Amino acid sequence: MKAKFVIPLALFLVLVVFLGIGLRLNPREVPSPLIGKPAPQFQLTDVHDPSKVFSSRDMLGKVWLLNVYASWCESCRDEHPLLVAFSGKRLVPIVGLDYKDKPEDARKWLDQMGNPYDLSVSDLDGRVGINYGVYGVPETYVIDKSGIIRDKIIGPVTTKSLDERVIPLVKELSQ
Amino acid sequence: MKRLLLALVLLSAFACQAKEAVPDAADPAIEKRMIALSENLRCLVCQNESLAASQAELALDLKQEIREMMKKGESDKEIVAYLVHRYGDFVLYKPPVKSTTLLLWYGPFLFLGIGLVVLFFTIKKRHNQITETPLSRDEEQRAQSLLEHNQ
Repeated sequence: MKAKFVIPLALFLVLVVFLGIGLRLNPREVPSPLIGKPAPQFQLTDVHDPSKVFSSRDMLGKVWLLNVYASWCESCRDEHPLLVAFSGKRLVPIVGLDYKDKPEDARKWLDQMGNPYDLSVSDLDGRVGINYGVYGVPETYVIDKSGIIRDKIIGPVTTKSLDERVIPLVKELSQ
Repeated sequence: MKRLLLALVLLSAFACQAKEAVPDAADPAIEKRMIALSENLRCLVCQNESLAASQAELALDLKQEIREMMKKGESDKEIVAYLVHRYGDFVLYKPPVKSTTLLLWYGPFLFLGIGLVVLFFTIKKRHNQITETPLSRDEEQRAQSLLEHNQ
């Protein structure tokens, strides 16, 4: 009659394992279907100089990061110093996508907080954001030389995500 | 019965109060179609709300996008494909049947099957445990007298 006790206990332990895994998942991190697919192309004006137009095609042949930010976004404030420090290493060009924001606010913000971007463009109506499947700012995309999205970090980057995900991937892709 | 009716009347009052997104577009037919479609889509910002009910900025933008696509004459299928392409199957409240969702769709039937098998064997086992033992002559007489006595 031992099985009578062992079976429910085993089932319970299996349940605990599943619940344990479930608790560790972050429901806000929806895996992007765009990973492994070509990055949507866009042409947008420069935040600092509205007469300059940047095309995502200009980045072909380079590994680059696209960081979606906005001056109204609280968690961008958290990640910003990290990005500034990261850009100081000059490992990879970072393009900023100023999502649904006024360019003058973005300029003020970048002046205050430091500017980690090689270039920063205005997505005034959020259309480009929609094409990239952005659903919460900040988000960071790693795009390879042929314009394929290789990874996406949802929410603010952390020292850990930069060191363990972004930097190794950028190094691998740059070879 | 009266109470039940009263409860129903009271409940229906609540049901009337629960509003969906306020239709604001000029074309009521498109608005209706947009709301019907977006009721089955998840808002990614506030994940337990449908796109139709959500007032999040992104949800409003997406609803506008859907309106415009409808005006251009695109079908519901094309619009859903557009959203899935960007946000994944996660936007669908009703995920499609594919290899990764087989367990999700058919898991309950699997468990039902397991339950039926277990039930079958349990009943069979119990059935085997029942052994009929006929009453002895003494017992039969006693039963008979008890029954008569009760009458």
